[in-house]
Amino acid sequence: MKIAITTNGSNLEAPVGQRFGRAERFMVIDPATLEYQLVENPGDPAQGAGIQSAERVARLGVSALITGHCGPKAYRVLQAAGIEVYVGAQGSVAEVLEQHRQGRLQPAVGADVEGHWV
Amino acid sequence: MKIAVASGKGGTGKTTVAVSLALAGQQPLQLLDCDVEAPNCRIFLQPTINPPQPVSVPVPVVDQEKCSRCGQCSALCQYHAIAVLETATLVFPELCHSCGGCRRICPEAAISEQEREIGQIFTGRRELVDWVEGRLNIGEAITPPLIRAVKRKARPQGTVIIDCPPGTACSLVAAVSGCDVVVLVTEPTPFGLHDLHLTVEVLRQLQLPLGVVINRSDIGDQRVEHFCARERIPIWLRIAHDRRIAAASARGEGLLAVRPELADDFRRLLENLTKLGGKEANR
Repeated sequence: MKIAITTNGSNLEAPVGQRFGRAERFMVIDPATLEYQLVENPGDPAQGAGIQSAERVARLGVSALITGHCGPKAYRVLQAAGIEVYVGAQGSVAEVLEQHRQGRLQPAVGADVEGHWV
Repeated sequence: MKIAVASGKGGTGKTTVAVSLALAGQQPLQLLDCDVEAPNCRIFLQPTINPPQPVSVPVPVVDQEKCSRCGQCSALCQYHAIAVLETATLVFPELCHSCGGCRRICPEAAISEQEREIGQIFTGRRELVDWVEGRLNIGEAITPPLIRAVKRKARPQGTVIIDCPPGTACSLVAAVSGCDVVVLVTEPTPFGLHDLHLTVEVLRQLQLPLGVVINRSDIGDQRVEHFCARERIPIWLRIAHDRRIAAASARGEGLLAVRPELADDFRRLLENLTKLGGKEANR
């Protein structure tokens, strides 16, 4: 079971990226071994960044996504892809993974921000 | 003869000028309100208003059984209005620009189209002025199809005045395309000049004849005047700042309600624009 986590950094100490649609990259990590790979996420500057990001995550074969905030269009894609979405994550990737392991992150039931949230 | 009234900067007096031009005319004419995100000619014109007609655009519908999830539609769509997943293909109609590309490229013929309403067209009349208004539905982002639908109401003969949206993007281009001349309403302020400059650049790309009306011409500085002189852009009218005009606008009355003597200026401008056919205007 792999998890995707948004980040603008490149290691376990990097903070979780707060904007799902505009995340610079995804860390695809196996929580059991902490082995990870980084997947770049170049988005369209004009529109549809959240949809593109969600399509990309859906192709990564992950069962869950952990991020700061997720808008409505991206959430719709992630939901259709059957990916569990955790929002409101704060701190480093390692800290967030630990919170997830302890079951302290609640799965989102919808987008937690409007589209184009700043 | 299609006369577009545009500005670049918002709030310079486009609608004031468009409505005053329309009301100053002595022949029947049309006033098309193409500022579809904030159409307000009706406030100052106070026309009779007929029941609206809906305007819709075609958007894709995916037959999930036929769809093989090949992803060609998603790859084609520059607006990311289709997302293809292993389990489903999702459409985001509000992002769709109705190009029809997804339907054409689909190898399984799994995509059909359905109409989606984006706005309404109102029509009405006051005296010699035949009024048409496009009104975008709340939450919609794409204006050009509605603006084009309003412009299809223009009669081929006679004078048509088009109140354009502010800015220099797709909606302005949709509104001014096919017009014979563009009246740019500006004000002698740094913002007025900045946006006038941008709009002139766009209109020159479109090779449209243009001239300027300076509203509140006695405030600010001389830089708009200097810009027009340098660029050989004719200044067709100057309207001095008058608190009574601002107060009338706030009450929903037009400029001519408080300054009826300016009707002569607008009538002369309208006649000159009609005569010009854009010939002597700056391109």
